[in-house]
Amino acid sequence: MEYFCNLSQLSPGQYAVVRQILTTGAIRRRFLDLGIIEDTEIICLGKSPMGDPGAYLIRGAVIAIRAKDCRQILVHIPAADGRESDSSAAFAG
Amino acid sequence: MGLTSHSTGIRAMDSQFDIQKQHAEDKVIALAGNPNVGKSTIFNSLTGMKQHTGNWPGKTVASAQGRYEAHGQSYVLVDLPGTYSLMAHSVEEEIARNFLCFGEPDVAVVVCDASCLERNLNLVLQTIEIASRTVLCINLMDEAEKKGIRISPDVLSQRLGIPVVTTIARKKTSLNALTDAVWRASQVSDSWKSPVTYPKPIEEAISLLLPFLQEKTGSRLNPRWLALRLLDSDASLAEELTACLGHSFLENSRLKSALTQTSNLLARYDIDSDTFRDMVTSSFILRAEELCKETVIYERPVYQFRDWKLDRILTGRLLGYPAMILLLAFLLWLTIAGANYPSQALSAILFWFQDRLTELFHFLHAPSWLHDLLVLGVYRVVAWVVAVMLPPMAIFFPLFTLLEDIGYLPRLAYNLDKPFQCCQACGKQALCMAMGFGCNAAGVTGCRIIDSPRERLLAILTNSFVPCNGRFPTLIALITVFFTGISAGFKASFLSALLLTLILLLGIGMTFVVTWALSVTLLRGIPSAFTLELPPYRKPQVGSVLVRSVFDRTLFVLGRAVAVAVPAGFLIWFMANISVNGTSLLQGCASLLDPPARLMGLDGVILIAFVLGFPANEIVMPIIFMAYLAQGSLIDPGSPAAMKLLLLSHGWTLQTAVSMILFSLFHWPCSTTLLTIHKETGSLRWTVIAALLPTSVGVLLCILFTGICRLLSL
Repeated sequence: MEYFCNLSQLSPGQYAVVRQILTTGAIRRRFLDLGIIEDTEIICLGKSPMGDPGAYLIRGAVIAIRAKDCRQILVHIPAADGRESDSSAAFAG
Repeated sequence: MGLTSHSTGIRAMDSQFDIQKQHAEDKVIALAGNPNVGKSTIFNSLTGMKQHTGNWPGKTVASAQGRYEAHGQSYVLVDLPGTYSLMAHSVEEEIARNFLCFGEPDVAVVVCDASCLERNLNLVLQTIEIASRTVLCINLMDEAEKKGIRISPDVLSQRLGIPVVTTIARKKTSLNALTDAVWRASQVSDSWKSPVTYPKPIEEAISLLLPFLQEKTGSRLNPRWLALRLLDSDASLAEELTACLGHSFLENSRLKSALTQTSNLLARYDIDSDTFRDMVTSSFILRAEELCKETVIYERPVYQFRDWKLDRILTGRLLGYPAMILLLAFLLWLTIAGANYPSQALSAILFWFQDRLTELFHFLHAPSWLHDLLVLGVYRVVAWVVAVMLPPMAIFFPLFTLLEDIGYLPRLAYNLDKPFQCCQACGKQALCMAMGFGCNAAGVTGCRIIDSPRERLLAILTNSFVPCNGRFPTLIALITVFFTGISAGFKASFLSALLLTLILLLGIGMTFVVTWALSVTLLRGIPSAFTLELPPYRKPQVGSVLVRSVFDRTLFVLGRAVAVAVPAGFLIWFMANISVNGTSLLQGCASLLDPPARLMGLDGVILIAFVLGFPANEIVMPIIFMAYLAQGSLIDPGSPAAMKLLLLSHGWTLQTAVSMILFSLFHWPCSTTLLTIHKETGSLRWTVIAALLPTSVGVLLCILFTGICRLLSL
């Protein structure tokens, strides 16, 4: 019970795990610096008044990322009861 | 709005490596850290300096230096720009990396946010790899404790092999642990550490380069780190390496052959340059994750959804923008309403003192021209500037600083990113714009937080489209005199604030229009990635905000205005009193400028005032009054009623007032701002464009407005 989508498709309150960063170059490096690598857990906290950018909780920090850039981050949304990893408790809603 | 002599200082950028040691044995301490971890607070506490801190990322745009003493040793503390990494992806990262690497600091202190240690450790690991002596300072321990985060500094210290101290930067005594650790660290002999183990292919490649590098670098650079940079073929480093290790280093045939070997090796493992960087960066992140698992205990979920509650309102779909405008209007209303009485009182006192000065001159039998020059010429302008400027600034600056301290400004950038994105620009431009409300020169310097050169240039060129604090008094005076009436009641001040808000919104709107126009003409390009940290809201330190904003900003700006007003007073007086063929120089110039000024709905005197106000916008109104007064009627311009009478008697109408408002909103930036623009862009061409853009917009709008008015009344 899990499916793949990109980060921009997350609605506020939704939780996902990073599977792959599709882009290369400067944007990729920026993501890596923020700690976005495979298996990183991300929660979408909200969207700005015009719907873009969104605010995401990444490794304890709230980061605003534009939808255009979010589409480069492939994530999967685990089933509601699938939060088995211990560190995900740190991000519980 | 980091408006201090530091941030607006002309030498901010070039003083990176210019370490001001007083003695040869002074130790140099580099202060590194992620943005918004309280680095500047630590810097200020230790050095007793008043470097401005703000709760938003990228505050330290230029590196500041200060001194402190501990254990009988003098230290030079260098505050580096806040960065997430040292991989030199942005100007700030390059400054930080180059200083840690080639600035030869005795000790590097990395400041971390205890609530967000894992992400912060990434920078710590990178610093350990570059600097020979590193101290980790885990700051904001009080906030972390409240969130139920427990950290074992001793275990972390053992794992990292460096001293680790915990601090609460706002509590000065907690910094003793840091100064102790720095002192101890500076006593041990330096040694290179390898805090991170990379995947096998990379380690193999490193070991191929190490023998040569160990021989060549001596103790200056960590050979392991250098090996990684060479494998990464980091172009941003070539110049510094050549400067540090000599011309022959990169050209050495042994190095070249070793690099051929390594590239073959990496190719065998199917590692291209992107994969290589991924592997290196991931190694840091995974190591940080591992370290945190061993040393940090979360007693409850770190981030709870209710922490976002305030943001649901302030950045919400429905309420985000109204809240923003209301906040701005409220700020302006407090400023106008609060400044009213002090302004009048101050003006009464200062003009009472003018009369006493006059009496003194009479008593001393001083020649009347001297009295006219010094008292009517210079003193009166200065008094006007002080009476009109001081109260609004003394209210606006602290309020704005509070907003900054709480952490609202990044939300501004977050809210306004979409419109800026539509203009092919960066949302962080909103931060620079907000700083521009304080001072355009500071706003232009602040544009360094924007990584992409194209987007940074857009922000620099459009910064003076929002009025700075120096232009507020002119706007407020015009609004009070011509629109809301002179009575100081609640209704009038409310209406004034509303009008001023509309004027500012016009400035903001024009910023968007011009940004868009530039990005489809002169500065075409694709918007770069935008990532911005939204730090948690923090309780502001009211006391220090007051002290800081009054002494650092208010008095600094006022001092500058007075410094400009004095010579301007002289100049105006001479221009008004030296006559050729019966007309004074001032009248001559004014009548020369009169025809174009009339076209814009102004008059020659107003235009001259703007020209003479080039060094500081604050003195535009005083110059107008001086010029009018010098032409005859002698009334005290201290009260709004007298101001109105004087202006009306010189042919002002409502339409003149509107044109004047438009032109003071859009005309050439002041000299300080232009100098800063020249320094930041390094180009005369862009500086000229930065001056021409707002001027042409202002001239066009004024002509258009006046034309429409005249057509309608016909």
